[in-house]
Amino acid sequence: MSEEPILRLEGLSKDYGQGMVLHSLDLDIYPGEFLTLLGPSGCGKTTTLRLIAGLEQPTSGRVFLEGVDMTDRPPEKRPVNTVFQSYALFPHMNVFQNIAYGLKTAGVKKAEQKQRVEEALALVRLSGYEKRMPSQLSGGQRQRVAIARAVVLKPKVLLLDEPLGALDLKLRQEMQAELKRLQQQLKITFVYITHDQEEALNMSSRIIIIREGRIEQIGTPEEVYEHPKTLFAASFIGQSNLLRGTVSRYEENGELTLNVMGVSLPALSDEPRQKGERLALCLRPQRVRYGSEPQHGMNLQGIIREKTYSGGMQHTLIGLNDKLTLNAITQASELDSFPLGSMVYVGWSKQHAPLVPDSELNLDQAEGVL
Amino acid sequence: MKKHSFGSLAFMSLVLLVLYLPIIVVVVYSFNDNTARIPLAFTGWSTRWYDSLFEGRGGYLDALWLSVKVALWSVLISGVIGTLGAIGMTQRALDGKRRSGWFDAVMESMVTLPIMIPEIILGLAFMVIFNALGIRGNEARLVMAHVTFCVPYVFLSVKSRLVGMDQSLFDAARDLGASSARVLRDITLPLCRPAIISGSFLALAMSMDDFVISFFVYGAGEGTLPIKIYSSVKVGVSPVVNALCSLMIAAAFIFAALSRYLGAVKKARSSRNQMGLTSE
Repeated sequence: MSEEPILRLEGLSKDYGQGMVLHSLDLDIYPGEFLTLLGPSGCGKTTTLRLIAGLEQPTSGRVFLEGVDMTDRPPEKRPVNTVFQSYALFPHMNVFQNIAYGLKTAGVKKAEQKQRVEEALALVRLSGYEKRMPSQLSGGQRQRVAIARAVVLKPKVLLLDEPLGALDLKLRQEMQAELKRLQQQLKITFVYITHDQEEALNMSSRIIIIREGRIEQIGTPEEVYEHPKTLFAASFIGQSNLLRGTVSRYEENGELTLNVMGVSLPALSDEPRQKGERLALCLRPQRVRYGSEPQHGMNLQGIIREKTYSGGMQHTLIGLNDKLTLNAITQASELDSFPLGSMVYVGWSKQHAPLVPDSELNLDQAEGVL
Repeated sequence: MKKHSFGSLAFMSLVLLVLYLPIIVVVVYSFNDNTARIPLAFTGWSTRWYDSLFEGRGGYLDALWLSVKVALWSVLISGVIGTLGAIGMTQRALDGKRRSGWFDAVMESMVTLPIMIPEIILGLAFMVIFNALGIRGNEARLVMAHVTFCVPYVFLSVKSRLVGMDQSLFDAARDLGASSARVLRDITLPLCRPAIISGSFLALAMSMDDFVISFFVYGAGEGTLPIKIYSSVKVGVSPVVNALCSLMIAAAFIFAALSRYLGAVKKARSSRNQMGLTSE
């Protein structure tokens, strides 16, 4: 991504008077990106969006759009538009008037208004709904009108604040596909907010994981999933066995042994480590293999404690000792026949089990933890 | 519909009769032909009191006109003050989510205080201050006093409407290119309209109805209708008052019926639209 960023956030901080919500956030967003800000509620992602839209003023830092400083511009003078979580459709205007509102304030002529509203409605597949009032629409339809109202102005950047949060699961999945299609069709840069990691993985070209007003990790969905950089990122994205322990052996080629609750686990580090360092091994349950022979060259054994079959997959709990238990997920097509209590060899590909620095993070409070 | 038993019907009729009997007496006596100074007996039907009312005899029509004028001015002024005040305070409270809210709390209780202070104290206070400031105009004194106790009705009505509203509506309008003045015109005021109207009607009723404060405040010359009626009671109520009251009661009934009817029409229309939606 060598091109110029369309949106640049520089040292953006926000303090509402009760402590910092954002800590000097730096972020470049490139044209055509589907960028997702992902984090638990209260992490500062909505604040970031409101700062970009101009609905809040930063305590310090600047917002640049295509190189132009927007920081002191009021929201009505910024070429960005927002799809609000509550949709915020004007209840006293019909669908046409809602979508045309931005065109009206911009002084677009009536005939062009009509044409562009029709186009926008066609885009969200709601042609013919012009005369409906918002109260006569279903949740999904309101959502579409809100999107149409924002994209009809052809913004440089479209901001979406948890737009699917209020929809039920099936509709949400439909709208995810719809939003992706829209984004490709319109070629508008999307900045998308969600606390749903699955949604983020499905839709984004890049994910920013935010925690307590700071960026934890930036990367493609694959990068943040396969190579989490922090314990929080690992716990927030997908399911993980987070094995926290101390380095008991380290060699120059990156091979090390991590002592986790009395079990020695082999691991591979791509950065230099030291003996005694506290690390956490992130092991996706899907990566765990077990069988009657040693797996991936590891001499590790455990006892099958629990097996749960759940729609196409099997969840297995394997105890490595009294305290340490591993979660494993296997496809139903590879179901094993081990009875509970049997001893099995356990292993995984070391390349696919990244190490992150251990932190004081309380894992019980992080979402998505096994 | 559930059928009512004879007993409950009878009881209901009795209650309604007791409630409306005085009103019925007033209406019937407004048509009384008896011209005695204190007409107690009903001697026959006549519209003579209506005739003398409309001829302006006794000054009742003038008093009514003063009441209406004062009420309309008070509602207009307090409508503007109350609405803008409610909008301003709500927006402050929103920004102030992160600030201490004691200032707003004090402000708000001060705005609503006039409806909690005993009227006699307010009236006395107005009298003293108007005299001290040398404000003599009868209408000006009445309007100023009425505005004071009318503002809270509009303020409270509009404020409760605003507080219940999705705040992102205003953000959305800004986001779509509307300046804050335009948001007020296109979004805030239209959405507050029902609250402004209902608050204003309450204020109108309060102003028309007010006796105590007006009594203290009005100076030389004729008073508002309640004052006029009160002062004429002392010399014996003229049946012209009955005629006037009957007309006002009729107006109130027509108004209530009309608002019920309009409400029903609106409801029918929206449920028809709702059905249009589901039939798709």
